Amino acid sequence: MADQKTDPITDETLEYVAILAKLELSEDEKKAAKQDMERMLAYIDQLKELDTGQVEPLSHAFAAENVFREDVAVHTDGHEDTLLNAPQKNGRCFTVPKTVI
Amino acid sequence: MDLTGFSAIALAKKIQAKEISVEEAVRDTLAQIEKKEPDIHSFITVDAKGALAQAREVQKKIDAGSLTGALAGVPIAVKDNLCTKGLLTTCGSKMLSDFVPAYTAEAVQRLKHAGMVVVGKTNMDEFAMGSTTETSYYGPTKNPWNLAHVPGGSSGGSCAAVAAGQCVCALGSDTGGSIRQPSAFCGVTGIKPTYGTVSRYGLVAYGSSLDQVAPVAKDVSDCAALLEVLAAHDPKDSTCVKRDDTDFTSALVRDVKGMKIGIPRDYFADGLDAQVKESVLHAADVLRDLGAEVSEFDLSLVKYAVPAYYVIACAEASSNLERFDGVKYGWRAKQYEGLHDMYKKTRSEAFGAEVKRRIMLGSFVLSSGYYDAYYLKALRTKALIKQAFDKAFASFDLILCPAAPYTAPKIGESLKDPIQMYLGDIYTVAVNLAGLPGISLPVGVDAAGLPIGMQLIGDCFQEKKLIRAAFTYEQESAFMRCPYAGGKAERSGGK
Repeated sequence: MADQKTDPITDETLEYVAILAKLELSEDEKKAAKQDMERMLAYIDQLKELDTGQVEPLSHAFAAENVFREDVAVHTDGHEDTLLNAPQKNGRCFTVPKTVI
Repeated sequence: MDLTGFSAIALAKKIQAKEISVEEAVRDTLAQIEKKEPDIHSFITVDAKGALAQAREVQKKIDAGSLTGALAGVPIAVKDNLCTKGLLTTCGSKMLSDFVPAYTAEAVQRLKHAGMVVVGKTNMDEFAMGSTTETSYYGPTKNPWNLAHVPGGSSGGSCAAVAAGQCVCALGSDTGGSIRQPSAFCGVTGIKPTYGTVSRYGLVAYGSSLDQVAPVAKDVSDCAALLEVLAAHDPKDSTCVKRDDTDFTSALVRDVKGMKIGIPRDYFADGLDAQVKESVLHAADVLRDLGAEVSEFDLSLVKYAVPAYYVIACAEASSNLERFDGVKYGWRAKQYEGLHDMYKKTRSEAFGAEVKRRIMLGSFVLSSGYYDAYYLKALRTKALIKQAFDKAFASFDLILCPAAPYTAPKIGESLKDPIQMYLGDIYTVAVNLAGLPGISLPVGVDAAGLPIGMQLIGDCFQEKKLIRAAFTYEQESAFMRCPYAGGKAERSGGK
């Protein structure tokens, strides 16, 4: 229904989404993000009009099976390629900020 | 020699006949690119050195008789979300502005194996998220039919390059219409195959259940030839399907007698530009006059396709783009305190606004408490949409409709209202949701001289029906050449 209202996005919800998305937003960006999300969700709410009770969620458009292969190592070391674009590296490792305090 | 007017197949024939060398073809392409780039900006990277080296290698093999395929020696431009070993691959983003892959995408590898020469990487909406190529970190691409207008997106660079006569053919990708819509806006032909037909190995993922690599060229014959080279089973992509019917050029036949073509009434309602409607329905008449049985029907669920698509695409994108965290490749922020801060700053600094918008929406719809109401709801809607298409294809061989509800908008207009922009995808997204093949080909221009594209949609694995109908229509119509391209027009005659 065109006049159905979605719950407005709270500061808390936006904060939660930013944590999930690993994004840091400025105050202006937060305002814009709230508006954008509210508008998008209001638009998406049209889907509520559909009676989907009789149908299963469809992830793959046509029948497909999982693909297996023998558990045999086929790749070589490849560490040079893997480290090719490393922002920071040390020997055969990527360097990142300390994770264990 | 001006090679601008040739199709890819015609160019390959001249190369096999030794009328031109591969190096000449590549040099001419590079010259056209250089000449037209200041106007069009369809390329992010041009690899002149690499292309000429490839050309020499390919010429040797052609001379030795070991490369005899229909496209050997032909230059091609590749959308910048396909990995090319040793060649910058940016996805139109700051995040990958210095990323040089250590491997080549399977689709590109297959083209190279067939003797095609990669001349450069084309501009695109950032991470394929957009419909105008305006979200690219590297600036917009212009539509060669009118430089004040967008080429469409997200494969805008690829389609503009072909339309402008910079390169005879190109590779793009299609997740929600990203090859079909810009093909329509640029007056060229683009085809999205059935999901699983072309390997996605090395295609930077946006919506993994929707993405397909897709060729764009000047005509149906070239598209069929390209698709034939691209289509192959690849064990490195577990969603790739084993097919034994990929001899697509065998479908280049002028015959639509008895073909049942359905026109969805609900696609021709409000919001469709009158000139687009007229052109597309006229094209349907042409097919009817040639013996096809054309009739109207109700597809249903039309208005739910766009919201369902955006939930699913954004959800998948939010997951796929988690890998861009500054650790292993791409941008890393310079100042941060601790690992999580590095992640946040890196991503916030290097992703554009549209990408952030979609990642946030995607994260939200997948989060606890909302997953059922949004994500699963969208997947159930997808099931209903698939059922609607199954019902349609029980009665019809093909569905005929516009590729887009309007012609190319002016640059700067679309990003003001994202939802308005998303609505422009109304004819293309359902095709990706249902995994179907779709082709877009030019059927005319509007009063402002901007191209109009018709879309033909087939059932899963029915590319040959699409190609046959599209080819038949095309051979009956005047060749649409972009005035900007220059050169003399020539088109392949097929069978």
